[in-house]
Amino acid sequence: MLTVAGDIVGITLLSLLVCATSTLLATLIAVPLGVTLGLREVGSQRLLRNLLFTLYGLPPVLAGLLVFLLLSRGGPLGGLGLLFTPLGMVTAQVVVVTPIILGITMSVVATVERRVKETAFVLGADRRQLSVTVLREAAAGILTAVMVGFGRAISEVGAVFIVGGHIEGQTQVLTTTIITDIAQADYGHAVALGVILLAIAAVVYSLLYRLQEKTLP
Amino acid sequence: MTISLELEGIQKDFDGRKVLQGVDLRVEAGEVFALVGPSGVGKTTLLRCVDFLLRPDGGSVRYGGQEAPRDPGALLALRRRIGFVAQNPLLFRGSVFYNVSFGLCVRGVEGRTLEERTYEALDAVGLHDFAETKGAKLSAGEAQRVAFARAIVVHPEILLLDEFTANLDPANVAQLETAVAAYHRQAGATVLIVTHNLFQAKRVANRAGFLFGGQIVEIDEVDRFFTNPQDERTRAFVRGEMPY
Repeated sequence: MLTVAGDIVGITLLSLLVCATSTLLATLIAVPLGVTLGLREVGSQRLLRNLLFTLYGLPPVLAGLLVFLLLSRGGPLGGLGLLFTPLGMVTAQVVVVTPIILGITMSVVATVERRVKETAFVLGADRRQLSVTVLREAAAGILTAVMVGFGRAISEVGAVFIVGGHIEGQTQVLTTTIITDIAQADYGHAVALGVILLAIAAVVYSLLYRLQEKTLP
Repeated sequence: MTISLELEGIQKDFDGRKVLQGVDLRVEAGEVFALVGPSGVGKTTLLRCVDFLLRPDGGSVRYGGQEAPRDPGALLALRRRIGFVAQNPLLFRGSVFYNVSFGLCVRGVEGRTLEERTYEALDAVGLHDFAETKGAKLSAGEAQRVAFARAIVVHPEILLLDEFTANLDPANVAQLETAVAAYHRQAGATVLIVTHNLFQAKRVANRAGFLFGGQIVEIDEVDRFFTNPQDERTRAFVRGEMPY
């Protein structure tokens, strides 16, 4: 009984660590890039947006396969030894989550950009102040992008399964364990993990929602 | 200090449609000028050309006899001498105080001076007690009064008002017109009001001009403009008919 509880704690902590790290890294990549692209009026923006929308629908198993091939011994990044490690799983999730946060951030910034920028402009803001004002107005939307990204990361199963390998005590996370539990007809364990997954989502979303409320008008 | 505004041969096209076709206008330093005309004749476009929101396709705008400088720093300094109130202003997220003090913040004003000047502007529009209210909670009239306070808080030498009381109830219209008159009296600013409301033009302006067909048709002292217009199209417009 204690071993099972210990397993669950370990799996839950690893899930949280992988999701939080990948969401954080994806946010650090996607938000500055999304803000920059959203603020710029460039001709190639439409092309980029179409590409991002395509990546929204990137099947996680495909992302997992891509990262697997990159990190496998014969792959270009095989020397890093990241395959079947939590860091490899984080890499796979960053690939899946980054386009989502990037695309939403870009859209949010582009949407608020024109009127906010005009208003700040006529009130005497310089270029830097214009960008800061747009960013401030888009804050709630950017936070939504991060929330959606986290949601994708916590619910993701395909990519982490392929890249992590679901090795007992090393790369087991909640979602992959639920899959194997079902395969082994251990429904009680699967349901327990499902409840934990749901609880994590509820806690994280309520925290982010409270933060978002503070940024709303 | 206050400056004049001179527009010479302003042209602006949108998708091949000639909206402004050589607008000539001089607004004297310290006067209140009302530019009237039916909806869609380019009044807003003209104001946006004056406030650097649009680049005219032809002609020039001079501020106090000077062309707008090319140097970004000098241009920013000139922009900061102009106030603008839009027909449907956008209020930033946050409190009324944040919105009204925005222009002061970007100019580096802070501390006690910032607070005093922000409340002074709020007093001018009767919104002293709304300082901590969120902008999103305001009625349309209150939001427009915030937008006006936000424009005058920086003491602009030229004040551009674009249909700034359209769709407001008479009480809010009266309050805003009173605030315009008070600001003009106090600061001696040059005020250019764009409106299709003839009664408002009569009430607040010294001179009025009629914009139609992309050009200024007639300019005169307000009394003469409304009682004895020279051009047939102006006569039709002030009678409340559609000019052709």
